[in-house]
Order: sequence, then C-alpha cells, then structure tokens
Amino acid sequence: MTRTDEIFRALSWVVALGCVAFLMLPIVITVVVSFSDSPVYTLPPPEWSLRWYRSLGERSGLWDAVTMSLNIALVSTALALVLGTLACVAVSRGDFRGREAIATFAVSPLMMPGLVVGVALLQFFREIGLRDAYWSLLLGHIVITLPFVMRTLLASMSAFDFSLIDAARTLGLSYPKAILKVLVPSLAPAYLTSGLFAFLASMDNYPISIFLTDARNKTLPIKMLQYLEEQPDPSLAAMSSGLILLAVIVLAFGARTVGLNRMIQG
Amino acid sequence: MNRITLLAVPALGFLAILYALPLLMLLAKSVSTADGLSLAEYRSFFADEHNMRVIWRTLRVAALTTLLALVIAYPTAFAMSRAKGPWLTVYLVAMVLPMSLGVVVKAFAWSILFRANGALNDALQWLGLIERPVRMLFTETALVVGAANVFLPFMVLPIYAVVRQLDARLPEAAASLGATPMFRFFNVTLPLTLPGVVAGSAFTFSLAVSMYVIPSLIVGERQQTMSMLIARSFLYLRNEPLGSTISAVLLAIAVAVVVLSSIAARRLGARQ
Repeated sequence: MTRTDEIFRALSWVVALGCVAFLMLPIVITVVVSFSDSPVYTLPPPEWSLRWYRSLGERSGLWDAVTMSLNIALVSTALALVLGTLACVAVSRGDFRGREAIATFAVSPLMMPGLVVGVALLQFFREIGLRDAYWSLLLGHIVITLPFVMRTLLASMSAFDFSLIDAARTLGLSYPKAILKVLVPSLAPAYLTSGLFAFLASMDNYPISIFLTDARNKTLPIKMLQYLEEQPDPSLAAMSSGLILLAVIVLAFGARTVGLNRMIQG
Repeated sequence: MNRITLLAVPALGFLAILYALPLLMLLAKSVSTADGLSLAEYRSFFADEHNMRVIWRTLRVAALTTLLALVIAYPTAFAMSRAKGPWLTVYLVAMVLPMSLGVVVKAFAWSILFRANGALNDALQWLGLIERPVRMLFTETALVVGAANVFLPFMVLPIYAVVRQLDARLPEAAASLGATPMFRFFNVTLPLTLPGVVAGSAFTFSLAVSMYVIPSLIVGERQQTMSMLIARSFLYLRNEPLGSTISAVLLAIAVAVVVLSSIAARRLGARQ
C-alpha cells in the first residue's frame, strides 16, 4: 500500500464518521428536546423534565393518528407482501416478454413525486365515487408499499432455486403450499427487509395522504405537521422518542435474527 | 400462456388502475379544456416568470442536494465496506435508524438547529468561525443541508452494495502493473462503482425534486418549490388547472430521471 492509499483510506474514514454524526444529529436533538423542561425549543435545555411524556396522555388526537397510521401501514404492507409475492413468482417463472420493463414499472412509484400521485388518486377516487377516507388511504398506501416489496423480492427471487418448488410438488405439496412452505421461509430476510421498509414508508408518508384524509381520519405525519403549526411544544419530540425506541427494539430483533447487513441489503 | 404468468395480474392490475390510470387522467386533464385539446395552460404557465423561477429553484436545490449527498456517501461506502464487527453495526444503524424518525420531525429538528439563536449558530460562534449569528433558517443552503441529511441513506446504500461486491484484487492488480493511485481510481475503481452512483443519484434526485415537507418547514412559503406550488394550488387556491399543469411538469421531470437512469444502468451493465 502506498502513502496515497493510506491517505485516501484515512480520509474516507473521517468522512464516514462525519456522516454517522450528521445522520444521528436529528435523532439526538429530538431526544434531548423531549426531556427539556422548557416549552420552547432551547438547546441545551435549561432544566430536565418528563413533563412532555406525561402530557402525551392528554393528546388524544395524536393517539388517534398513531392508531390510524399503524392500521394503514400494517394492512397495506401485508397486502403488498401477498400481491408482491404472486407477481414476483410470475415474473421469475412465467413466460414474460419485457421482464425488465415490468420490473421498472412496478418499482417506478418509488421515484414518482408523491404529491402528484396523491392529486391523481384524489381526482380518480372522486371520478369513481369513492368517498371513504379509510379505503382511499389504504388503496393509496398500497401504491407506496408494493414497489418496496417488488424491488427486494424480485432481486432475491432471481437468485432462488425454483427446482426446490418442483421437488416439494413431487413430494405432494400443491403449488400454493409449496410457495408458502418452501419459498417464503427461505427468503425470510427479504420478506423482513422489504416489509420493514414498506411499513416505515407508509408510516412516514405525507404527500399522498394529505389529499386522501378527511377531518376525522388523519394519519400521523399529517397530524404532526398540523400540531407543529398550531402548538409546537416538545410533546411531539416525546412521542417521536418513543417511536425511535420502538425502532431500536425492531432493529435489535432484526440484527439478532437475520443480521443487519443482510437485512439492509435484502 | 403459462398459468404462473397469471399470478402477476393482481399486482400489475392494481398498479395499472390505481397508479398508471390516475396519472394518465391527470395528464389528459392538463391538456383538455371546454373546447377540446389545448396547450394554453402550459403556454401561460411557462410565460409566467415566477413559475420559471420556481422550476429552476426546484431543479437547483435537487441537484445540489444530490451532489452534497454523493460527496458524503461515496467515501462513506468505502469505509463501510472495510468496516467489521461493531463498527459495521454503527454504520448500518446510522443508515436505518434515522428512517424511523418521521420526515416531519427530522425537518423540524433541523429548523431548530438553524434558528438564529439556535444551537448551530452558538456552536459556530463558540468555535470562532462567525462573529455574530447569521441567518440560516429560510436559506437555500439550509434546505440543501437538511434535505441531504434526510436522503443520505438512499445514496449510501446503493453505492455500498456495489463497493461491497468490488473485487479488491482489481485495483491491486492495476497497482502491481504500475498504475498510480489516481490512475487506478479513475480507470478501475470509479468505473466499477458507477452503477451504484447512478442508482443512488437518480433515487436521491427524484426524492429531492419532489420533496414537500422539508422545504415547507425549513424555507417556508417565501421560496416556493414545485411541490409547494402544487399543494398550494390544490389545497388553498383551489386552482385545479394550474395545479394539474405543474403536476404534469414535475411528473415529466420524474419520468425523465427514471428513463435516463435505467438507460445509463443498462449501458453500464452491458459494458462490464
């Protein structure tokens, strides 16, 4: 290794550490602010307290939004996993022309402007007379979760040995059973990863949801932005810290079962 | 036709009806008026200087955000590919954990930092880099920094995926043949990692060009981006023709990014 190599290596290490600090900064700020005594956001906090955690109980609107978001995210992710599995098996095994074009189409919603998709869905639902906010949100969120699932499952199924399915069928399993008992378990990391990212994307979606909510059905990001505009006290930081803790637990579980590296790379 | 092929029908049918069709209807609406097809909306949209400024600002912010993210992500991906054990865990957690913090809260955390009496100004003064507080919130620089922070994992992970697969023996082989480090980087390492760079940049750019929550919390209405104009025209102004027109323009930009990046990916794939 030459000197230049060593300099490059040291430089990349410094940038990487800076990158970690940069990425963690908003999390640190949110957690610190949540333990502050002051109702305005001063850093560092003048006094420490748990009052914003205590006040969370009184913010019933916030909790309604949390349940709503969890409901939509879980159901839309589950449906996306089912639809995605069927489609990916078809694309990997069926006779398709333009397999790549189909894959590009199925993944493309990830790169389309959310607000435009939201507006288009709003006008479409109006046209067909769908007025129910829950169903509009659910259908809209499958457009968000399905591409995440398709992207990861397509990649991992292209490496899957489908003769295992044939073997399972000669042993007497029906095709659906063979998929469920052989393919899904052996692709468990891909299911976990794509499910997690799809879930998080749905939980965090603002631009599509904003056009599909009504006064009673509000998802969490929409409620949070509204809350920030009306009453920006740190109870939002307290709730976010709770969600961060939840994410840490999920990550620790994922790291133990499939390993972080495999989880992130699908 | 193979029966298995039919399994694709539910998912593709869903996307065709609830994604492709609504977008096509939006496009159709943007060119139709009471008396037939017309590009009048577009003509008046592009004639308005304010709209042109919004488009340029949106593209400039997205390009700068992508560039900043790339400059940070590229060396980081290399450091990650060499990291082992707890260090690798630190890097991976730093990539995934921020995604659990909603974009609303993340953007708000940045707006706290950027305030005139905020922590960033205090820190810079303490370091002696500035003498008195500078205005950061509501500036384009603040927006680019905040946006790069939110989208950074989407730039790092595709590059990391490619760098991890990189055969370390190739640059070494080049070195043993007498190639200088610079030559090796530009002729061996960079071309081999380009697919990751293209994938990460395309994804980051398309997220940045259509972001809405981040600019509304960091720069506000004073410096509008295309997404803010869309939200305003639909939610507050109730001006649907204007909203549909900007939506179509933003959609065209996004489609162009998808098409160009998949062409670039295919070219790079064919070359190797």
